[in-house]
Amino acid sequence: MSTAFATMEKHQTPLDLPAVSCRNITKDFGTGEARVQALRGVTLQVRPGEVTLLVGPSGCGKTTLISIIAGLLDPSAGEIQILGQDLRALDGRALVRFRGEQVGFVFQQYNLLPALNAAENAAVPLLIAGRPRAEAVAEATRMLTTLGMGERAAALPVELSGGQQQRVAIARALIHQPRLLVCDEPTAALDAQAGQAVMQLLRRVALQPDRAVIVVTHDSRVFEFGDRIIYMSDGRVERVEDKAA
Amino acid sequence: MNWIALKMLTGDRAKYFGLVFGVTFAALLMSQQLSIFVGIMKRTGSQILDVRDADIWVMDNKVRYIDEVPGMPDTELQRVRGVPGVQWAERLYKGQARVRLPSGDFRTVILFGVDDATLVGAPQEIIAGQVGDLRQPDAVIIDKAGYEYLWPEDVPSLKAEGYQLGKVFEMNDHRCILVGVCKASAPFQTMPVMYTAYSQTTWYVPRERDTMSFVLAKPEPGLDPHQVCRNIEERTGRMALTRDQFFWKTIGYFLSSTGIPVNFGITIFLGFFVGVAIAGQTFYLFTVENLRQFGSLKAMGLSNARIVGMILLQALVVGLIGYALGVGLTAIYFFATNQRTQLAGLNMIWEVMAGTGAAVLLIVVLASLVSIRKVLILEPAVVFRG
Repeated sequence: MSTAFATMEKHQTPLDLPAVSCRNITKDFGTGEARVQALRGVTLQVRPGEVTLLVGPSGCGKTTLISIIAGLLDPSAGEIQILGQDLRALDGRALVRFRGEQVGFVFQQYNLLPALNAAENAAVPLLIAGRPRAEAVAEATRMLTTLGMGERAAALPVELSGGQQQRVAIARALIHQPRLLVCDEPTAALDAQAGQAVMQLLRRVALQPDRAVIVVTHDSRVFEFGDRIIYMSDGRVERVEDKAA
Repeated sequence: MNWIALKMLTGDRAKYFGLVFGVTFAALLMSQQLSIFVGIMKRTGSQILDVRDADIWVMDNKVRYIDEVPGMPDTELQRVRGVPGVQWAERLYKGQARVRLPSGDFRTVILFGVDDATLVGAPQEIIAGQVGDLRQPDAVIIDKAGYEYLWPEDVPSLKAEGYQLGKVFEMNDHRCILVGVCKASAPFQTMPVMYTAYSQTTWYVPRERDTMSFVLAKPEPGLDPHQVCRNIEERTGRMALTRDQFFWKTIGYFLSSTGIPVNFGITIFLGFFVGVAIAGQTFYLFTVENLRQFGSLKAMGLSNARIVGMILLQALVVGLIGYALGVGLTAIYFFATNQRTQLAGLNMIWEVMAGTGAAVLLIVVLASLVSIRKVLILEPAVVFRG
């Protein structure tokens, strides 16, 4: 474990500190005439205990920003701290471990492993962390039960509806108790009713005082579930709507 | 994670079976063709290995392989006997003759003429009759396969009635009597192998000035056969080789002077190439289709090293199953055909199994390298791209 990573342990960040702090983040792709500036100086904060929606039209930089926040992409410039940790100070191995322990992911296309059943899919983060299979699957089954999917724990992804698959994905994202949950268009592949159910579930199960939830979406029907809504446009933060304020 | 790797591998049945089929096909083709190649090469020198009572073969120094041997004067036998380190030496004729049966059928045979007194060079395993019967007038012993070639009508009743000795036939218009049947390694060409007394070979083969093909010799106990060979060459000017040297010299001739290795080599290479192509392509498709899943695993904290481990495990499992099936099918093939006379001597040796195993390992490693590269350069951020 690197020295930088050793300073960051779960549940050590005070709750009044932002879970995510970005300052003047820029991200360029390509060089020369092919250079595209996806982010043009993004500054924002995400607080724990809140659902933050990141919204904006396609191509506005939402996906790039969420990738940087999740530690999947390096910014070209700027400062970023996640859960009090400067991601740029982490080496590759420490960053992978940081993601594995502190970040949960919910993807638009669920990205469940087709050969694993629901419980096994939900157990994947625990297996990555080295937990014994039986123990991990048992815990995942309990998590699925909490999410109302206990009876479908043995079903393969192909046997589940879109909403059910997304619930399995949420179970997978939460099973290892991450402090940052990153959701990329979690309702995009669902009908309105299933989308509402997923967002309700996220608020009910995922939201905890020490956990920040970031949801990238351009589905205006789910805006009601956000505590803060960050509007992005053309690689910049256009405005922030804080419902608590 | 190994468990997940195996679940991913077997989850897509079509690709899984495609992968296993590709490796099985390659392993089958390589092991079967390599075994036949090795068997055929061994056949070229099989008569050399069958002579187990002599360690040294002395011959004309221009001999390239066992099937093309000019005669030497009988005086060479005495000269070899006089070389220090030679315990004993005996003459041997080896050539071809034509057998004519009472029915009018004829067949070219490989004929060995062994020393009348000592019978050095005579077959070691007699399955009907006795080797000493070679000393009887006109006596010949034939190998099991040769018996079946010459008298196929006896084959159905062999188990019940055994070999019918006493059959009379002709070689070079001279009378022969079958006094025994022996086991002999299959020759390169599927000809019957016959043994007779040296003194009778002059009747059975067209007359030449010199009849003696080889002098078979035994070194004194404790002496290095190679050193004795050098002594013989120095004293007689003839080529003297140990049994193994002559065996490999014969094989070397067939390897360098015939198209056999090229033809088999092409087939074996094709087996390898097809294995790499099928396994590589299927494995690559398998990886590409699971790229998003691999990206998710990377995003969720799975390191590159563990992903490489997963892919290699998948490749090794496919390789192991494909190898077992391919080599197993080859074994079944040889098991099913080992009673066929014309396929005698063809079997799978452990060296072929090991070589096939190494080739299969190379196939699956090559096949997985492309996939490993694809996954290693995969940015986990790909999971956020719809």
